[in-house]
Formats: sequence, structure tokens, C-alpha cells
Amino acid sequence: MSEYTSDSMLIDSASVARRRAKKGLRPVWMLLVPLVAILFQVYVPRFVQFLGFLELPLLVTVYYGLMNRSPIPGLLYGCAIGLTQDSLAGAGSQHPLGMFGIVKTLVGYFAASVSLRFDVTNPLLQFVLAFFFFFFHQFFFWMMSRALLSQQVDFNVPQTMVFGLLNAVVAVPLFVLLDKLKE
Amino acid sequence: MDFLLSRYRNLTALLLVILAQLVLLACQVKSNQDVRLIRVWAVTAVTPMARMLEFVRENTVGVAENYFVLVNTRSDNERLKGDLGRLKIENQFLKTELETADRVRALAAFQQRTPSRTLAARIIGTGTGANSRVVFIDRGSAAGVMRGMAVITPDGIVGKVLAAYPTASQVLLVTDQTFAAGVISGKNRIHGTLKGIGQNKVIVDYVQNEEKVEPGEMFYTSGDDRIFPKGMPAGKVSVVRQGRTFREIFLVPVGFQQGLEEVLVVTGGVNSEIPDQATATANPAMYMTPQAEPPKPGPAGPSGSTGPSGVTGVVNTDPTAISNLTTDADRLRQKYKTMGEQQGVKYGEGGKIPNFNADLPSAVKPPPQQAKPPVVQAKPPVQTPPPVPVPEPVKPEPVKPEPQP
Repeated sequence: MSEYTSDSMLIDSASVARRRAKKGLRPVWMLLVPLVAILFQVYVPRFVQFLGFLELPLLVTVYYGLMNRSPIPGLLYGCAIGLTQDSLAGAGSQHPLGMFGIVKTLVGYFAASVSLRFDVTNPLLQFVLAFFFFFFHQFFFWMMSRALLSQQVDFNVPQTMVFGLLNAVVAVPLFVLLDKLKE
Repeated sequence: MDFLLSRYRNLTALLLVILAQLVLLACQVKSNQDVRLIRVWAVTAVTPMARMLEFVRENTVGVAENYFVLVNTRSDNERLKGDLGRLKIENQFLKTELETADRVRALAAFQQRTPSRTLAARIIGTGTGANSRVVFIDRGSAAGVMRGMAVITPDGIVGKVLAAYPTASQVLLVTDQTFAAGVISGKNRIHGTLKGIGQNKVIVDYVQNEEKVEPGEMFYTSGDDRIFPKGMPAGKVSVVRQGRTFREIFLVPVGFQQGLEEVLVVTGGVNSEIPDQATATANPAMYMTPQAEPPKPGPAGPSGSTGPSGVTGVVNTDPTAISNLTTDADRLRQKYKTMGEQQGVKYGEGGKIPNFNADLPSAVKPPPQQAKPPVVQAKPPVQTPPPVPVPEPVKPEPVKPEPQP
């Protein structure tokens, strides 16, 4: 009986969230937001160096996955943002097209999958998910660099966790801001 | 299929997108060997399957094939064994030929270096006697070989021709019991007679117990026997001990220490200088003198005869040729001849006996032994080896220096 109650509550909350999310981002914002995020990552750290830890394209991908609640659009959105990021990251075999694309595809897919089960409108959950996906993103990128490109890249776990926390801190107000764009 | 695609639509889409990006990635990236990653992946993905297919094929079709192949293995094995044996024999034959060529080359080099005229021959057989040390060579009287000629190798004397047949000759080795040759020691110039004893060693007889001979000393031919040219190595002293009358000196003959297959028959011997012990020890290969100038063809003496190869085999009566006398027998003969001429005595006619104690004029005194390098032609081979030690002092008796025919 209690299981039934908790399951029904979970489903109810998810359905409520889905109803809320029915109002998606407008197509213009869907293009502009990731573009601004990428441009921010490209240009801002040149002038404000300490903001280099911010992974705004990732946070946008997570947001879109969480809010859209459909894995296929989520993974396609992440793929598009990742490929765009790849195209601006560099050329040659050091950073070929597809590295960020694959990672962000997975992030978009898993974020959308999570949103099907949980009420992702909760800021605390958003904080945790932002931290988790940042760590997942960095770890998977490092693993692919080593496995596919044979690059000797260091993976600093404490630093990655700190940056994950910082990104999670930024993610919560960012998601609120992006929610405003839906209205 | 449609059910699976609809049920796992999301997962399928994820895999497709990931796969597409992996292909995109692989098309860009090159491995360390400058090969595109997609090729590496393709080969890595395909080769295990190919290996597996080959494994299956080898263990199914291959086994059957191997069975049919093995049917002929026995015959192939026998044929290959035969080929191997034939090749081994051929290899051995070629090795032997190569060694023979080396020996012949060395023999030819010696033949050019030695002043004596020689004729190369090959050992083709051995004697049948149990104790005889006799061999046959492939050169006979048709090639100019005559009885009594010396047979040598670059290392030393081997024997002498016992009998010459038209196409082959019989050679008596130095180790035969009936063999004898005049020898002289290299260090102290001790004369003796080398004799075979039917074993691998030979002895030097007629050396007084007071004479000093040391082990390791070399003995050379003295030329007294008129068979072997003077100065050829005969043997090396292995044992010296006091005897009842004469010393017992055992030699190891050096002529065929390297085996006996090719020899040289001396058709026109030229006496050489006997090297001193130091030279012989320092460089054993330098026992022969350099090439002597060819002797001038002079008139044959009264007792002379022309050798089988046209060599003038007499002592020249020209006074200038006195210095060419090299052996004691030559000097003694010349001395008696000069005495007879001075006292008007003709040998062989009987009657007056010359005074052999009379002093010779200084102009015709024989020179000291071996003042110059010898250039004398060898005497014609003597049929029977005379007793070699020259008696000293000379008894005042008439002698007949001409060798017996």
C-alpha cells in the first residue's frame, strides 16, 4: 500500500512537472541560448580568466534535457551543441569533431531519461544533477581522449569536483533564468 | 524488429547518433602509424572474425587436406633422405676437392720456389707387404721418372723411387727398414745415416756417442747419397740416448706429417745450404734457398752422364767450379783427382799409387764448406744408396769416385 502510495506520488509529481514543461523554449531561444553559452565560453575567459571553469554549454544541455523530458530531442540537442563546441575547440587530431558531441549526446539523453522519473523542477535536484552531469561529462571526455585518441590527459578528481560544485551553483539560477524565457 | 525498434526507440536513436559521431571521429583521427582510426577499427573488428573463420576452416577442411597430404609423406621422406645423403656425399667430395686444391696450390708454389727440378705426382696406392713402407705414384718412366730419384714434399723428404714403370712408380718411404739416406744435423753439423725401422719413426745411425745431438734438433739431407739434394729437411729429433757403439737417435720424419697425397719427384736436384738451427727454429718454412741461377750447360766429364731430364750430372772440371763443390764426397773426389793429375797417375789403370798425403797447391785446395750458396746440379740418381758417412781421415787407398751404374 505504501509502495503504491509513493509510486503514485512520484508519477503525480512527474506528470505535474511534465505539464509545466509543456511550455518549451521558443525556437529562437533554443538557438540563441546555446549560441550565447558557447560564445560565453569562448570569449569571456579571455578577459575574465577565473570564469574558465564555467561549462555553460553543458548546463544548457542539461537544462534542455531536464525540461524537455524526451530523450531523442535531448540527445540531438546535446549532439548539436557538442559538435558546435567541437568545431570551435580546435582542429586536427588533437581535438577532432565528435568528442564533445558524443559526451553531450549522452548527457542530453541521460538528463531527459532522469526527468522522466523525477521532478526535476526541484532546485536541489537540479543542483545535484548539474554536479553529477558535470563530473560525468569531464570523466567521459577524459576517458575518450585516452581510449580513442591515445592522449595522455590528466584527470584531477578534486579539481573536477570543485568545478562541478561551482557549475552546480551557477546552474540553479541559470535554470531559473531559462525558465523565465519560456514564459 | 519493428517491435524492438519501437520499444527501444530512444536507445536506438542514442546508439545511432553515437555511432555516427564515432565514425566522424574515426575519419578525422590518425593513429601513431599515420593510419586513420577508422581503418584501425575496421581491421581490428574484422581480423578476429577472419581468424576465427580460418581456425574453423583449418580444423575442418585443413584436417582432411592434411590427411591426403600425409599419404605421400612417407615416399617424400624417403626421397628427401636420399637427396640428403647424396648432398652430404657431394658436400664431402667438394670439401675434399677444395682441400686437394689447396695442397696442390701449395705444392705448385713450392715447386716454383725450389731450385731443384721436380715433377708433381699423386699417391695412387700402397704396397702389399705387411712391414713394407712402399707407395705407388701416378708418374712413371714415361713422365721421366727413373729409379733412385728422390721423392719429397714441401715439408721434407718422403722416400725414393724404387722402381719406375711406364705409367707408375714405386716409392720406398723413409720409414721402410731398407731405406737409408745421408743426413746432417742442423745445429752441430753431425753426419749420420738415416734409416727406417718399419715404424713411424726413423733413426740416425753411425753417430758417435761423443757427438752432441739434442732433442728437437732438425736433421737435413747431406747430399752424400747422391739421391736427395742437400739441405732438405729429413726429420726432427725426438729421442736421443747413449748406445753401445753409436748414439741412438730417433727422428720424426717431417716429409709426410701433413698426410701423403701429392708428392714431388726430384728429376734434377740442386743442393741447398743447410740452415742453421736458429734460422730453422725461427722460421721453419725457410729451409730452401732462393731460386738458383740455372747452371751453364757445360761439357760432361769423363765419368758424367746425362740425367733423365737432360741435366748434366757431373762435377765440372773447370777450376772455377771448385767452389761449387758442396758435399764431402765431391771435395774428396776433386782432391784425389787433382793429386792424381799432379803426380801423373791415372786411376783405373793400376800400377802407381799416388801419394795422398802430399800437400795440394793452395790454388786448387777445396774451399771451406759452404762458403757460397750452392748452385751445383744434382748428381744423377744412384741406383743403390751407398754407405753415407764419409770416413775421416782419408786412407791412402785408391778410390773409385764414379758411382756404380
